Amino acid sequence: MSFHPLMVYDREHFHHSERARLDEGGAFAFTADRRATLDDLLTKYPPDRKRSAVLAALYMVQEQQGYLTANGMRHVAGILDMTPAEVEDVATYYVMFFRERVGKYVLQVCRTLSCALAGAERVTEALSEKLGIKVGETDASGMFTLLEFECLGACDRAPIVMVNNEHWHERVRPEDAGRLVDDIRTKGAAALNGCHLKLEK
Amino acid sequence: MELILTKYVREPNSYTLDFFLKHEGYEGLKKSLTMKPGDVIDVVKASGLRGRGGAGFPTGLKWQFVLKDTPKPKYICCNADESEPGTFKDHLLMERNPHLLFEGCLIGCWAIGAKVAYIYIRGEFYHVQKIMEAELAKAYAQGFVGKNIMGSGFDCDIVIHRGAGAYEAGEETALIESLEGKRAQPRIKPPFPAVSGLYNAPTAVNNVETLCNLPAIMTNGAEWFTSLGPEKNGGPKLFCVSGHVKKPGVFEATMKTTLKELIFDHAGGIRDGHKLKAVIPGGSSVPILLPDQLDIPASFDDVAKAGSMLGSAGIIVMDETTCMVWVARNLLYFYKHESCGKCTPCREGGDWLLKILTRLENGEGEMRDIDLLVSIGGNIVGKTLCAFGDAAATPALTTVKYFRPEFEAHVREGRCTLPADWRASKTPVGAH
Repeated sequence: MSFHPLMVYDREHFHHSERARLDEGGAFAFTADRRATLDDLLTKYPPDRKRSAVLAALYMVQEQQGYLTANGMRHVAGILDMTPAEVEDVATYYVMFFRERVGKYVLQVCRTLSCALAGAERVTEALSEKLGIKVGETDASGMFTLLEFECLGACDRAPIVMVNNEHWHERVRPEDAGRLVDDIRTKGAAALNGCHLKLEK
Repeated sequence: MELILTKYVREPNSYTLDFFLKHEGYEGLKKSLTMKPGDVIDVVKASGLRGRGGAGFPTGLKWQFVLKDTPKPKYICCNADESEPGTFKDHLLMERNPHLLFEGCLIGCWAIGAKVAYIYIRGEFYHVQKIMEAELAKAYAQGFVGKNIMGSGFDCDIVIHRGAGAYEAGEETALIESLEGKRAQPRIKPPFPAVSGLYNAPTAVNNVETLCNLPAIMTNGAEWFTSLGPEKNGGPKLFCVSGHVKKPGVFEATMKTTLKELIFDHAGGIRDGHKLKAVIPGGSSVPILLPDQLDIPASFDDVAKAGSMLGSAGIIVMDETTCMVWVARNLLYFYKHESCGKCTPCREGGDWLLKILTRLENGEGEMRDIDLLVSIGGNIVGKTLCAFGDAAATPALTTVKYFRPEFEAHVREGRCTLPADWRASKTPVGAH
């Protein structure tokens, strides 16, 4: 099939999108617990507006398998009456969703002005050196991914290193950054801060 | 002044319902529920409360615009997406005083006739969200939220909705889009949310701090509120001071307080051995003020008169070690990264500005690049659907305006002329 005799539409000549294809991943379905949580969440939005729960559903996919895959997104699409393309459209917009395998601990260093004024760039450098990886990469052990994040909204406690989209480590000095990595290596999740705000009288 | 919003935030259990109830908690709501909704709006209008999110639009007026005669449900959307660089006040309120926000949401819902308030909280505040959800459950259990609130017959739900990392979701129509399960991109206005907002229904979008002011206004009255500040800038205000100061933090003060007092008294002044170079007074999106421009009240109107904006009251302080080309580049990286991509001037222009600033900072720029920055910036301002475009162009325009010799020195010397000891030492600018 061709619109013009001189135009070749075979796979070799036809221009294909350069958009990175999603990782298909394995077969995916929510665990019963997660499905129940999602169903409960859906009651908080009008019945014909299930789509409102898409961010929550994508967080749950990420929680279950570490990152978002095409199969995970299709599963979400099926539950929320969306097309897989609509789910991908949303998933590719928000920075807290990972579309490729990431380390068990994702270190997210705030890089925006107030944190940078307090030395965030050196914190990133220290982490990069300690882990032997560049920003955006995952180390060989699959334990750590290093990312830069935009303003996390805690400029009075700069610089901030968030771990796994949730745990805030504040006033991290470049010389302390390595210790955070060591702590996580030895203590695992116990090394992460739960709630960040220590009361200061 | 007596603290209103942050009086108890340093108390160990200030976030709990028990603590809140012992300290006038839900009294403003109780009083509101004895009044007609229209009268509540009148009180808020008389108080002159202005939106604390950045634009400073009068809240009472916003509520009055919400369509009254409609068969559709109405909504309050609380903007808790606090993402403006340099701003961290709502975080403190939500973490240490979540019931104040719930109370504010409910007063808002009663006033405009909404049955649901959605609190759209940024994804990075998940540790705060967990505290809020636990407290919200308690408020439901004790009849302050849900069916027949405090025996008044008023039903209202509060839903906390988690975002997933998008600065643009702080724009009110983009927030609505995100709540509807789409990309956070702004809508064409009109229609404004007051006519057609969430799920195409009349909606009021209010900032966290704005809603937190309502209980005190309802309890103490509009006159009390206006008396706290300069004309048209009444009430308590939270100021976030960060950067090169000794004691960065959130400070509650009236808008009579000067920027100078906030920086030198409240935040303890510039770090030792250094002197003030420049201040961004209202979050990264607003123009810079110089040290000699700071002796003005930190009010919406006075900061505007000085050529900047109070915005979200995120005051970023920079000392003499700060390279202003680097500052502009740091912020343009942010805006390029966060642009939603809907409008061409912002999407492409932001990218151009970043590329030019990167080469200038690396000493690879030419003199004509400086004028190019001004030209491109000028072609973004006012040409986009939302205020993001203006915000993105501002860091480039304002730094060139006040610090042009620094840009020229970068070109002349072919390197950054102010490489501070707190900046990256091994990674070249723009390496990733």
